[in-house]
Amino acid sequence: MIGKSATSRKILLLAPLLLFLGLAYAVPFFGVVRWSFTLPEPGIGQYRAVFTDPLVQSVFIRTLRICLVVTAASLIAAYAIAYVWVRGNSLQRMLAEFCILVPFWISVLTRAFGWLAMLSNRGLINTWLQSAGIISEPLALARNELGVIIGMTHFLIPFAVFPIASAMRSIDERVLLAARGMGASRTRIFWTVFVPLTYGGLIGAALIVFVFALGFFVTPAILGGGRSVMVAELVYLRIFQSPDWGLGAAISVVLVVFIGVLLTLMRRFIKPAHLVG
Amino acid sequence: MQSSRPGPVILILATAIALFLLMPLIAVVPVSFTPARFLSMPSGTLSLRHYQALIDNPQWGQSILLSLRIGILSSAIATSLATLFGLGIWMFQPRFSALMIGFVLLPLVVPPVVSAMTLYFLMTALSSVNNWIGYDTWLGVALAHAVMITPFAVVLILVALYQVDRRIDLAARGLGANLATRALKIIIPNIKFGIATAALLSFVLSWEEIGVTLFITSVNAITLPRLMWMGLRDNIDPAIAAISVVLIIVTAVILGIRIFIERRGAAQQQ
Repeated sequence: MIGKSATSRKILLLAPLLLFLGLAYAVPFFGVVRWSFTLPEPGIGQYRAVFTDPLVQSVFIRTLRICLVVTAASLIAAYAIAYVWVRGNSLQRMLAEFCILVPFWISVLTRAFGWLAMLSNRGLINTWLQSAGIISEPLALARNELGVIIGMTHFLIPFAVFPIASAMRSIDERVLLAARGMGASRTRIFWTVFVPLTYGGLIGAALIVFVFALGFFVTPAILGGGRSVMVAELVYLRIFQSPDWGLGAAISVVLVVFIGVLLTLMRRFIKPAHLVG
Repeated sequence: MQSSRPGPVILILATAIALFLLMPLIAVVPVSFTPARFLSMPSGTLSLRHYQALIDNPQWGQSILLSLRIGILSSAIATSLATLFGLGIWMFQPRFSALMIGFVLLPLVVPPVVSAMTLYFLMTALSSVNNWIGYDTWLGVALAHAVMITPFAVVLILVALYQVDRRIDLAARGLGANLATRALKIIIPNIKFGIATAALLSFVLSWEEIGVTLFITSVNAITLPRLMWMGLRDNIDPAIAAISVVLIIVTAVILGIRIFIERRGAAQQQ
């Protein structure tokens, strides 16, 4: 044995993963940082571009707008279904769990394709509406911002459900009974006792959804059809279509700094266990 | 519990959301039977031609085998590293635990596109020194996937470890068991269902991974999601609907296995 002391055994267990991620993730990230300062020429020109270029600006603004809408929609939807999952009768609970977990486990590509099958010009909705004679021309539901918002909300609802459901489960039943005993109505208990007790879970859910939405790439690329480009897709396009690695790298660094600050400020609301269902 | 069962308003809302969650998964089924060459609802006749195409076109089979290989290898790497790390954190409760856990969770919270760029940088750097692991190689993809899925494995294993009663480990220690005995005979048997779940979820995540794969492959290492991506971007190929139906069924089966594992785990803990 290399060493019998506790320290060396501790290192033996902890070091492999730390080294693995250090070498395969942290070190290459600094390579990306270096690209952002050196490509195409040394300097901070790319960062100036990130904050002044009108195209990049419009993509950032669109991304923020979509993320806020998606976060709000996911939270409301997640709250309702989490409530049934936590407080319903056993059949309601089982059905809710099924509807939350099945989409969660299905690949993002399959789900994005499913939304194309629903929303595209020859998809389910337009085919039905047309054969029912309600519309004559197909509605533009996909390949635009609406499609992106629908697809992303669908993807992110389960991620919002887990922290909210966990907060709901940890509510002390006696508090609700006390409110009822003092004569509060069901609606009043829900809004003035139940919901405030889940604020922690709601904030955690909002953070997770917002951070995930910010870096979203696959769903906007498929459902936006190139017309509603978000920040992550812009990075992809800068690297593979108009080789401008420096700008792609600079946007990445800005994104990481932004999310790092956000998560550090709000870290007490994030519980890692909520990320995996 | 019975004090506040869901009322009618929330039940209606939740039903609408449940339908919303299932809708796209249901919509792919009719599309997969369309006789047309483009994404459309079948009108009148149904056709199995897109399922036939999955069998006839060898690309699908090849990419499925490749994804299986990559998924098994990367899940094995991620699960072993995460198990060692989790044991280290749990047994020694070292200083800076929170910091170390935060560090290993980075690939989970950093936007996927940034991770993709980072791994793209790594792969091009590796390609310049060897031909085996690097850009557009299956080992390179497995390595990149291992980086991306390890945080999930760590979380699942830590969650399992926190449910273990520390006193059984203290008892083993008091009876003179050394580190290896404690880990192998006491702790690992107690978290074996957690480890199995971590391995399964890691595999599924690698099997589905597209964001990073897109950046680090071009023509050789075409995984199944990569092949689907190619069929989705240009003219939408209804064969994607057929493969999606197959994948939804496979996922449902795997989810069933997971629930079975967890039931066994819960039963054993009682």
